[in-house]
Amino acid sequence: MPNSSHTLTIPSSTQHLREVRRFVEEHARAAGLSRPTVDEIKIAVDEACTNIIKHAYAGSDDQEVEVELTFSPDRLEVCLRDQGEPFDPSSYEEPDLVELTRRRRGGGLGVHIMRRCMDKVHYTCDDGYNEVCLTKYLNGNPAS
Amino acid sequence: MSTFSVSYRSTNGVQILDLHGELDAHTASDLEEAIQSCFEDGSVQLLVNGEELQYISSAGLGVFMAYVEEIREADGDIKIASLQPKVYNVFDLLGFPVLFDICDTEEKALHLFEEGNTKPSNEESS
Repeated sequence: MPNSSHTLTIPSSTQHLREVRRFVEEHARAAGLSRPTVDEIKIAVDEACTNIIKHAYAGSDDQEVEVELTFSPDRLEVCLRDQGEPFDPSSYEEPDLVELTRRRRGGGLGVHIMRRCMDKVHYTCDDGYNEVCLTKYLNGNPAS
Repeated sequence: MSTFSVSYRSTNGVQILDLHGELDAHTASDLEEAIQSCFEDGSVQLLVNGEELQYISSAGLGVFMAYVEEIREADGDIKIASLQPKVYNVFDLLGFPVLFDICDTEEKALHLFEEGNTKPSNEESS
């Protein structure tokens, strides 16, 4: 697969999540990735985008989120960028489903999904810009 | 344009919610309103049919987690049925089968309600 890159910028509102999923699906399928792999990438990017909108921007819908897909021969990397509050991954704890249910809360599951569906999740923060990069290694023949 | 909707049926005292479309952080509030409305109307035996549900993210799953305890305390339950494999995979990824009855058919879920089961049998009581 040749190197290629595609970028989508959306306003920071959850009503654009569907557009992000379509964007990811369109390019990942065009690159020949299998349907289960596309589904995993799609939900991971949705969760990352949702976290930016809800937490980094605290629901403010007049900001922007940039989503960049980069296909290389051995991997797909999806980088999401924002200028909201940075996320500190060291503060993250794996969710306890039973405890969350007991406390009648449903949050905190997005990062777990991102980590389970992707091979690498990496956060950086530099000069007011936050970036989370999600990597999926394309072992074998992804089109199979 | 809404990408998610809920329609309602009932049978033998069980309120069935048919989910259609895509359930994400934008549309999760619609499911929340639907479950809240059923609960306020006194329906505590809720069966969620996901045959027409095309997508779910953690925001949608969070709605079930937020309401199930309250509904169980009222001697009811939320049972889930007929999920498409790609949607079931998300429930499974987060360990939902431990906390919820997830049946491959609506009939099986209705049968569990008839038997009076309110929690998956493998869950330990606290």
